[in-house]
Amino acid sequence: MKAAPRRPLPQVSDIETKPFWEGCARGEILLQRCLDCSAVRHPPSPICSGCLSSRLEWVPASGNATVYSFVVVHRAFHAAFEEDVPYVVAIVELEEGPHMLSNVVEVPPESVEIGMPLRVCFDCVSDEVTLPKFKPA
Amino acid sequence: MRAGTQCAIVGSAETEVGKLPGRSALQLRLEAAVKAIEDAGLDKHRIDGLVARQPMRNPQSNYSGLMSERLGIEPSYTTDISLSGAGSASMVLSAVSAIQAGICTTVLCVGGDAATAYRGQPSRGRLASEGEDFRSPFGADGAPVMYALAAQRHMYEYGTKSEQFGAVAVACRRHASLNPNAQMRTPITIQDHQSSKFIVEPFRLLDCSLVSDGAGAIIVTTAERAQDLPQPPVQALGMGNACRFSEMTYNVPITTTAAPDAARRAFRMAGVDAADVDFAELYDCFTPVVVMTLEDYGFCGKGEGGAFVESGRIELGGELPVNTHGGLLSQAHIGGMLHITEAVTQLRHQAGERQVDGARVGVVSGQCGELGIHVTLVLGADGR
Repeated sequence: MKAAPRRPLPQVSDIETKPFWEGCARGEILLQRCLDCSAVRHPPSPICSGCLSSRLEWVPASGNATVYSFVVVHRAFHAAFEEDVPYVVAIVELEEGPHMLSNVVEVPPESVEIGMPLRVCFDCVSDEVTLPKFKPA
Repeated sequence: MRAGTQCAIVGSAETEVGKLPGRSALQLRLEAAVKAIEDAGLDKHRIDGLVARQPMRNPQSNYSGLMSERLGIEPSYTTDISLSGAGSASMVLSAVSAIQAGICTTVLCVGGDAATAYRGQPSRGRLASEGEDFRSPFGADGAPVMYALAAQRHMYEYGTKSEQFGAVAVACRRHASLNPNAQMRTPITIQDHQSSKFIVEPFRLLDCSLVSDGAGAIIVTTAERAQDLPQPPVQALGMGNACRFSEMTYNVPITTTAAPDAARRAFRMAGVDAADVDFAELYDCFTPVVVMTLEDYGFCGKGEGGAFVESGRIELGGELPVNTHGGLLSQAHIGGMLHITEAVTQLRHQAGERQVDGARVGVVSGQCGELGIHVTLVLGADGR
């Protein structure tokens, strides 16, 4: 029998993104907030793209979100996901404003719609890596 | 109307396209380059600028240097362009800019790939993307995912229908059927589109562009030098570039591309508006990109692109023929290089069966960055 291909995992030790992935491991989504202009952002970046300040702090998100757009993957472009098709990839809008790419899980793909309220859930895929996913609220 | 020296495209060539086992990207690119030099009627030593598009598969640095060495020329201007789907059109901006700055006079622009051999394999030279950590772990690899997210949102916001995306595929296929150098030449119907399998819903197979081997090349020089050369020069009337973002996920709206600013800049430089355009070669990695680009260029209102592409309006003989060569969807996916060579062919009135009658002004688009980066070229026939 052929060994299942390994799933791509994030580099959880990258300087910019390490706190984000550590937050996921603890069961929270962390966003960056600018200490100078208060803008909240994702994905993590060394500077605020509004005022260019590098004074950023990490703040927890509520975990509430809605579907901004979604697709149903019928043909996986990475072999590790072939066993999952059909599955949903979505751009979700967090309650705090920023968008994230994730999966909508625990619901049949045909029931997903734009605007659907979501609640974060955490998928612990290895000792180091926990992925934030979303299910219907 | 425009700043700087007027420039023109004086040489243009395509290799054969399709699945070409045993041919390398370098071999295809050199063939296109040599044919373009011949087409322009130039001695190779007149080429003093070389712009190479980064191969999409196995990118490598200093490609323009490699091309120059193998062509046995020593240009005074060399640069490589990445910008994936916007790279081909962006080469023309680079060439014209260098000529207008006085750095060189005659620039060869080359793009092409040997892509089919790599199908389903990771690209060996792939440049790591910052965004992959937030995309790949969710099974979101593959270009269709992001573009399908934009298409779904367009359907939600404007009521656009899958059948309307299908009309783009049908038009491109009809045009490819008239193009001897096209990969897919058998005409299709909306029904064929609707019965093709889902890849990434809402995308069906026939919403997606091809994987192709092949190359194209053009030569840009001053309009003054062009007067002494054999081919009718194709004038670079206007150019525009715009960058809104590099990753769709983090930006709104995702149903508008970066095209409105790029097109406005190019149209203003050319002194034309949408009504003056006789045909459009629009980057068509997926069918909805054509729908959105038509809206964003002002050929119809925002959200009206779905209705605009129906009823043969974008086919030859229609109001605005689009992708007269068949596009990435049906001719071949050479990164948009052949959108430029086709516009040249149309404006020289050498397109045979697929010639747009009386073509005087054509636009070419290139786009990348998940709709966030756009390049527009406005090209004109000789004597305009």
